[in-house]
This record gives sequence, C-alpha cells and structure tokens, in this order.
Amino acid sequence: MAPLPYLMALSAAIFAIGVLGFLTRRNILVMFMSVELMLNAVNLAFISLGSRLGTMDGQVIVFFVMTVAAAEAAVGLAIIISVFRGRETVHADDLTMLRW
Amino acid sequence: MIELIVGAVEAVLMIMVGLHLAIFLLYFERKGSALIQDRVGANRASFTGLGRRLGLPNLGIINTLIADPIKLFTKEDFVPEGADHFLHALAPFVALFPVLITFVVIPFGDTITLGGRTFGLQATNLNAGALYLLATIGIGVYGVALGGWASNNRWALLGGIRATAQMISYEIAMGLAIIAVIMTYGSLDLQEMVRMQGGVWFGWLPRWGIFVQPLAFILLLTAGIAESKRVPFDLPEGEAELILGYMIEYSGGKQAAFMLTDLAEQALIAMLLVTFFFGGWQVPWLYRDGFHLPGGAVLALGPLLVSIAGIVAFLIKVVIVCLFMGLIRWTLPRFRYDQLMRLGWKILVPLGLVNILITAFIVVVAGGAH
Amino acid sequence: MPLALFWFLAAVALISALGVVLQRNPVHCLLALIVTLLTIAVLFIGEDAIVVGFLQAIVYGGAIMVLFLFVIWLLNLRAEVGPTGHLALKFFGTIAVAAMAAELMSFVVPPHLQVKFAGHAAGYGSIDSLAQKLFSEYLVAFEVTSLLLLVAVVGAVALARRISASELAERAAAIAAQKVR
Repeated sequence: MAPLPYLMALSAAIFAIGVLGFLTRRNILVMFMSVELMLNAVNLAFISLGSRLGTMDGQVIVFFVMTVAAAEAAVGLAIIISVFRGRETVHADDLTMLRW
Repeated sequence: MIELIVGAVEAVLMIMVGLHLAIFLLYFERKGSALIQDRVGANRASFTGLGRRLGLPNLGIINTLIADPIKLFTKEDFVPEGADHFLHALAPFVALFPVLITFVVIPFGDTITLGGRTFGLQATNLNAGALYLLATIGIGVYGVALGGWASNNRWALLGGIRATAQMISYEIAMGLAIIAVIMTYGSLDLQEMVRMQGGVWFGWLPRWGIFVQPLAFILLLTAGIAESKRVPFDLPEGEAELILGYMIEYSGGKQAAFMLTDLAEQALIAMLLVTFFFGGWQVPWLYRDGFHLPGGAVLALGPLLVSIAGIVAFLIKVVIVCLFMGLIRWTLPRFRYDQLMRLGWKILVPLGLVNILITAFIVVVAGGAH
Repeated sequence: MPLALFWFLAAVALISALGVVLQRNPVHCLLALIVTLLTIAVLFIGEDAIVVGFLQAIVYGGAIMVLFLFVIWLLNLRAEVGPTGHLALKFFGTIAVAAMAAELMSFVVPPHLQVKFAGHAAGYGSIDSLAQKLFSEYLVAFEVTSLLLLVAVVGAVALARRISASELAERAAAIAAQKVR
C-alpha cells in the first residue's frame, strides 16, 4: 500500500495536467483527452481513499464514473465527427459560429 | 522470496512454451498444409545433402525452422517514406507483448512437490485471472491499428481498420462466452476452474467443461479464431485483396514479430479452450493418488508422476486443439467483410446472451455452481 | 506495493500525462494517454481494487481509446505544424494551473487527511463484494446507468450517421416552407 499523501498528490498532479491540457491546447480531440485525464485522476483519488477507509463505496463510484465516461466519450466523439463534417476543422478557435 | 523466483521461472517457461508452440504451428503451416492439400511442401534446404542421396524424404525442418528465420532476421529493415518512424518500429512489439504476457495465467499443472516444498504450476495466481485475459486481449488491438496507420500506405490503413473493427467486435463475443464459463464455475481464477473439472459423472464421464457449456465452446472457438485473425477470418491479411494488409510495409524482424503474434495468439486460444472446456491439466480418471478407473480398478501412482502426467496431458490437449484449428484454416475459404461483421454482431452476440441467460437459469435453479 | 514500485509508476504516469498535453501529433497524444490509463490501472490493483483495476484496463484501454483512435483515423488528423494556440493563453494558463495544483496539494497532502488504516477484510476488492454493493445499495444507479448506455449508443449512432441526399433535400424543403410562412 502506497502512503495516502503520495497517492493524493499524484491524483492532484494528474488533474492539474489535465486542466493544463484543456486550457492550452486548441485541438478538440486533445482537449477531450485532457478531460479523460481529469476523470482518471479523480478515479485514482476515489480508489485510494476508499481503500484507506476499508469500504467498497469508492470502487463502486469509480465503476459508475468509468461507465458514464464511456457513454460520454461515445457521444462526444459523435458530436466531433458531426462538427467536422460541417466545418472541416477540429481547431477550437475556428468553431465560433453556431449557425449561419 | 522463493515463490517470486519460482513464479518468474514458471512465467518464462510458459512464454517459451507459447513461442515454441507458435514455431510448431509455423512448421505446420508449411508441411501440414502440404499434407492436407496433397502436395509436397518445403523440402529443398539441407546442410549436407546426405539425406537426399540416401533416398530419405526431406521433412522440411531445416527449411522452415532454420532457413526461414535466418532469412527473416537478416532482411533489410525498410521504413517507407513519410511513415512515422517511432510508431512503425513500435507496432510489432505492441502487438506481440500482450499475447506473450497472457501465457502466464494459464495453469499447466496442479501442484508439484520438489525437495519438500509445494509449488503451484501456474506462473501467477491471480484471483481475477479471467479478467486479466480479457484485459490483455483488449490491449492486443493496438499493435495492428498502429501498424496499419504508421505505414503511410492506404492498403495498410484499410487492412488496419478492418483488423481493428474485427478484433473489437469479436472481443465482445469472446467476453460473453467467458462470462458464461465463469458463471458455471463460480470463480474467476483459472486454476479453480480446472480443479473443478476433475471427477466424473455417472462413474465414467469426466467432468469437462465442454459437456456443461457446448454453446460457449463453439462461441469461444469462433471468436478466438476471429480474434487471432486466422483463416477463415484473415481478411486483414487478405492475401488476394490487400496483399498483406496491415503488414505490407514491414520486412525482416518486424514482420517476423507480426507473424509470431498471429501464431502465438492461435496457441493462446488453444490453451484457453483446453483450460475452459477440456479439463486443462486434468487427465480423465486420474486423482491425486493415482488412477481410479471406471470398473473399480485403482492404479496408485506417486505424486510427482501425477503432476508430470498433468503437464503432459495439458500439452497433448493443446497440440490437438492447435491441429484442429490448423485443419479449419486449410479447409474453409475466407469470409467477406460484411459476412464477418454480420456473424460477429448478429449471430454470435445474441447467441452469447442467450447462453448467459440459460446458464444463469440453470445455476440458480440447480443451486450454486456445479 | 513496495514504495519503489509506486515511485516508478507515479513517474511513468506523470511523464505520459505531460506527453498527452504537450505532443503535436494526436496519435502520439493517444498513445501517451493509453500508457497513463494502464499505469493508473496498475495503481488500482496495488490498492487491492483488483476487479476495478482490470475493468479500467478493459473499458478505458481496450474500448474507449480504440474509439478515439477510430475518430482520429476518420478525421485524418495530422501532426500540428506551427503555433498551436495563443501564447498569452498558454502563459497565464500555466500559471493558473500551477496555482490550482498548489492549492489542491495543500488540501490533500497534510496530515489532517490521514486515515487510520487497519488492513482490508478478506474479500476486499473481489468481484463478490463489488457485486454485493452494486446490486443492493446502488441498484437504482446501476439500472439507470445501463439505460444511460443505451441512450448514448442510440444518440452516438444518430449523431454520426451520414444523412442521405434525399433526406437533405427533405430538410431543405422543410426549412424553405417554414421561411415562406
């Protein structure tokens, strides 16, 4: 068992890197990947805290987060494909108009 | 500490067995196919020519097992122009790695007692061995995908896309078949499953999995052959249509790695079929103290002999299943892509779900796992 | 798990996470993300969450990332050339994220978050205990999640399908009819 402070620090660090990617990169797919990084950092925090407290609740929550992340990834990627069909770009700065 | 060393030795041993089975399958590809197709096969290479002068038939061993590897590993390693060098080099080994590390959870014997200590004959005893299987088979998709993408060649890309779609579709059918087997035995541990296949019904029929789950056997056989991209599911490497599919731009050692992945995965599927459905290392009517034959005769054997009999039985069963899969390979023509997808999604997945329903019903009604 | 193993895994996870956000080629970003996810799965297994760890490898590493890969192929994304985004956004973004990371760590690292750890019960992290919790306490959430997956599949197919020419003509006619009115 790794010490809890180190695990939580790792989780916070990966979450921060995910936020950094979401803010600085302008490619929509890479922004999406940063969102997945953030979700996984939170999963790590849930698992390590649940493990220390000795309950299975943390693991159940991670189970649900994983499932919902899969559903969200499917729908989000479908949206990206739709947008690409219309605008021919995945650069976030070019996707400024809703409709013309 | 000694368990760690023994586990490491067993892991290396299992991976070696897997690779040797793959090489045996390679030999079977040349000479066995020749036998099935009523032709001679490879019979030219020889060191001294003494056998030919004496009139002995050339078994083609030097041809397939010495000359071919030398040719493969001394060929020029060519990376096409405009290809991603890093991914091109990475893909064959990302393809080979998951197949090799799956061999370590397959039990090849019960326990062996050497020098007073008892060792389990499974390299790593994971409680969730079946989940580990599904995880590594899922990771195996990436080698093919990256190989197709990194070649900067539209036929390679097409082969890679088809291979990836095929592999993820048949993973689902495989998962459903494995779930039914897990429900029958009530455990995720592979060694537990094999142990529960000891004993007999009616005094003479061994309790093998195939009598309990015949539908799951057919599902896992089909999905396994599709997963390892062997004929009749070898559309990704369709030799008439895509030349070599995702492996077009690979030569030399990298192509050898891809070929080895194919064959090693076939050996892995054979080992899985033997573990789940044919009793693993269980010899019929052999218990820990000896043979208890139907009819009442008891033949006592020492514990070391029993363990070794289990290991030998496992290897014989795996070779028989491999030969059966080779027979399928050289008999059936290749599926078309839409036929393949229809089979995977519209036939195997509903069959798998129905199988799970029936198994669940029987498990609940019959009370506990049997 | 031994501490040395944890440091190794943490280093791999951090370096590949940085690789996700810093690489120019989207396929390289994806590979780095796969390495991160698998490392986190190994950390789960080290924390005795065995089933969830393998599920992370199967679901994330084996399915979701393949979905990402297919989309990258479909859109034929190449490596980005030239500056990617605004310099000001990168500069201030990095500072803001560093401040947020410092604040998060000041909250989770100090000793007031220490929990007395007494060792795990025998079946902790096994599929039995997970199933016990899922099908008793969290049953409603389980059923709703399966419904959510169904809705997501139908929605993804509906969003990403190609609209045939006849349907496009129908839609244009409907819009024209509305405008006339």
